[in-house]
Amino acid sequence: MKLTLKIWRQKSQQQAGELKTYTLNDLNSHMSFLEMLDILNEQLLLANEDPVTFDHDCREGICGQCGMMINGIAHGPLKNTTTCQLHIRSFSDNDTIIIEPFRAGAFPIRKDLSVDRSALDRVISSGGYISTNTGQAPDAHAIPITHQTTEAAFDAAACIGCGACVATCKNGSAALFTSAKVGHLSLLPQGKEERAERVINMVNAMDEEGFGHCTNTEACEVECPQGISVLQIARMNYEFIRAKIFEKEK
Amino acid sequence: MELNARIPDGPLEQKWENYKKNAKLVNPANRKKLDVIVVGTGLAGASVAASLGEMGYNIKSFCFQDSPRRAHSVAAQGGVNAAKNYKNDGDSVYRMFVDTIKGGDFRAREANVYRMAECSLNLIDQAVAQGVPFGREYGGYLNNRSFGGVQVSRTFYARGQTGQQLLLGSYQALMRQVDKGSVKLFARHEMLDLVLIDGKARGIIARNLDTGEIERHAAHAVVLATGGYGKIYYLSTLAMGCNGSAIWRAHKKGALMASPSWIQIHPTSLPQSGDYQSKLTLMSESLRNDGRIWVPKKENEERPPNTIPEEERDYYLERRYPSFGNLAPRDISSRAAKERIDAGFGIGPLKNAVYLDFSKAIKEQGIEKIKEKYGNLFDMYLKITGYNAYEEPMMISPSAHFSMGGLWVDYELMSTIPGLFALGEANFADHGANRLGANSLLQASVDGYFIAPYTIANYLSTEIHTGKIDADNPAFAKAEEEVKAKLHQLAGIQGTKTVDYYHKTVGKILYDYCGLSRNKEGLEKAIKEIQLLRADFNQNVKIPADVDSINIELEKAGRVADYLEIGELMCYDALTRNESCGAHFREEYQTEEGEAMRNDEAYQFISAWGWNGLSQEPILHKEQLVFEFIKPTVRSYK
Repeated sequence: MKLTLKIWRQKSQQQAGELKTYTLNDLNSHMSFLEMLDILNEQLLLANEDPVTFDHDCREGICGQCGMMINGIAHGPLKNTTTCQLHIRSFSDNDTIIIEPFRAGAFPIRKDLSVDRSALDRVISSGGYISTNTGQAPDAHAIPITHQTTEAAFDAAACIGCGACVATCKNGSAALFTSAKVGHLSLLPQGKEERAERVINMVNAMDEEGFGHCTNTEACEVECPQGISVLQIARMNYEFIRAKIFEKEK
Repeated sequence: MELNARIPDGPLEQKWENYKKNAKLVNPANRKKLDVIVVGTGLAGASVAASLGEMGYNIKSFCFQDSPRRAHSVAAQGGVNAAKNYKNDGDSVYRMFVDTIKGGDFRAREANVYRMAECSLNLIDQAVAQGVPFGREYGGYLNNRSFGGVQVSRTFYARGQTGQQLLLGSYQALMRQVDKGSVKLFARHEMLDLVLIDGKARGIIARNLDTGEIERHAAHAVVLATGGYGKIYYLSTLAMGCNGSAIWRAHKKGALMASPSWIQIHPTSLPQSGDYQSKLTLMSESLRNDGRIWVPKKENEERPPNTIPEEERDYYLERRYPSFGNLAPRDISSRAAKERIDAGFGIGPLKNAVYLDFSKAIKEQGIEKIKEKYGNLFDMYLKITGYNAYEEPMMISPSAHFSMGGLWVDYELMSTIPGLFALGEANFADHGANRLGANSLLQASVDGYFIAPYTIANYLSTEIHTGKIDADNPAFAKAEEEVKAKLHQLAGIQGTKTVDYYHKTVGKILYDYCGLSRNKEGLEKAIKEIQLLRADFNQNVKIPADVDSINIELEKAGRVADYLEIGELMCYDALTRNESCGAHFREEYQTEEGEAMRNDEAYQFISAWGWNGLSQEPILHKEQLVFEFIKPTVRSYK
């Protein structure tokens, strides 16, 4: 296969970036998208050029570290797929592919295709946990949880924190990410004690980090590698309103 | 050096209780005065940092990833073992202890293994309290599945993402402490050296991967929870960033490395399909609960799998190991696959794979049931290979996976450097020569949640009068200079070959000579080849010259430079162990049927290696293994 890549190159956050064009020949169609970038980098290095910096680690779709805009779509054309799980057989011979970093106000660019997503860690840190210290837990069977409840909590907990939802949202909102954690923990009996504080703190943190508001475009669900449902956002809104009502009563 | 594992007295089941009863404590007011550095934020690192933070110590937590949640524990799929006996099928702490010792081919410490089994009970409670959504029955109680090498169902799971969910539990506990201020987080920081003052571990030198800045961090104790070094083989199931550099640099500062050649080659990963490939994705062992492994009975079979009649299929695991069948332990399953592939029965375009077939399970249980159990794994298989495993068997192949070896630690998980602890896969302690499936999440977790918080406190109790450790101490200045010199040296070579070239080459050497099977001649050859490759690397590697900002090739170069030294030690380790045990299979030592031949009389010890300088033969120390409570037997899964 032959592919032409237009890749966003930017030395640092302070410097301006631009799209640069590279052509790769004789690619094997079974190659993954990131392996294609490995080959480009090998060629750049040997030609005394700076290789393309991009985030990646596990290369099996679970760590959430990879992510780029491919032809304007977060993680590229395949649904429910991280960038590392995309293979170039999803493209055609002689295609031109535009590769840009995830774009969002809350994700400053580090270099080239790599962005700083530590804002998501800070949202978790504001309340995305159950307050239990090591050693405090009762027996795991002390509180039965039905199969359905566990599975529903899992559907939300499956989030890998890649930030595709933010990158694809026209508002740069982290509503899907945040609601996935709110949904996971508020569904479980262990997480119910703190549900009010949690949702208020996490929504506030989301605002403080500069994420935009949700206007229900549902674009996030479309690009989410884990297929997290926008119904989680509905649940977060419900939890938030519920918390505010009881807050007033106090 | 006299190696003392410092195992507490008393009967097996009371050793850990006795230790805890007698361990020294630090009172809450004094904890604030004590600093601990934790490198790595996987299950072991995040859990120990969170637990110590909860107790009131000052913690600095480091990871090279952009978030602690990305540590490679996240990728463990199948499950975590615990001897809860919720299935009423005869499980117990003792049974789990026996399975693990036997699975490890009688090359692990009894006391450590028993403690791991004992702590497994609390781990499930802890994880459930954190909100880990383990699979449950309709009545609301926890479900279990089976893993290789055991005859009970003791594996707890969260779909095929158990590692992710356990890690998120510990990550959330860690972030809670970050919010409270007891843990300070340093993401995108890589530890490049360990600093010793008066023989004690007192801090690290780290590089900020965004700015290139070299930083000094001082503490009263240092914990390495930096995972395994299986990525040394390049093609492996591990993440691209997994590396052995933290433990290796500690090794060069005096910590012994134990059994470095004991690397688990996992039987069910995806086969290699071309030279461009960067990793071999793992397909969880849990698939072997319902999948049957086979190859065609005819050599160089060209027919598609579904057209090969039942009687022309060789279910070689069921044939060779009838009592465990497809759930034979990993070392045995991998070797059996290699035996068939080498004999010319391999399948797939490169004839380097075997089939994992679900047709019988689908027929018996229905496609919906199989989807519920393994849906995400089948989806992943489809994405990577383009094949639908509901309609035709998966193609799988052995791949480097887990390092049983690591820093030598005593019962307190402390290395031979006082104040330096190693947890999880970074240490060697609990798995012997072969790790059982679903025991790695367990070991990482219990090390971090339940063991290290006691043993580190015991160590710190002697440090309450020490006062702040001074990062201006000349030991820090010297280590910093050395780190900087090394980075400039790497950046200054400006040769003609990329870092990946060297990584792939050393990986190939190790697969060929220090992989699933080894022999004397091959290992001697590998040592020479690695030494030559290392010399070549130091003359001809090419990376961008900038050390003061993001430089992805510089990061890789440092790790590969270490791999080029670790690989040599692995070969020495394998060469000097004239027996076959677990993952270490020496061709010279096998039975007529091709099974491993252990030599308890001469080799019932852990090899703990001391650094002796570059290209010098390392120094071997032995920790004799004593089996008081279980008698080593010939390991049979027939």
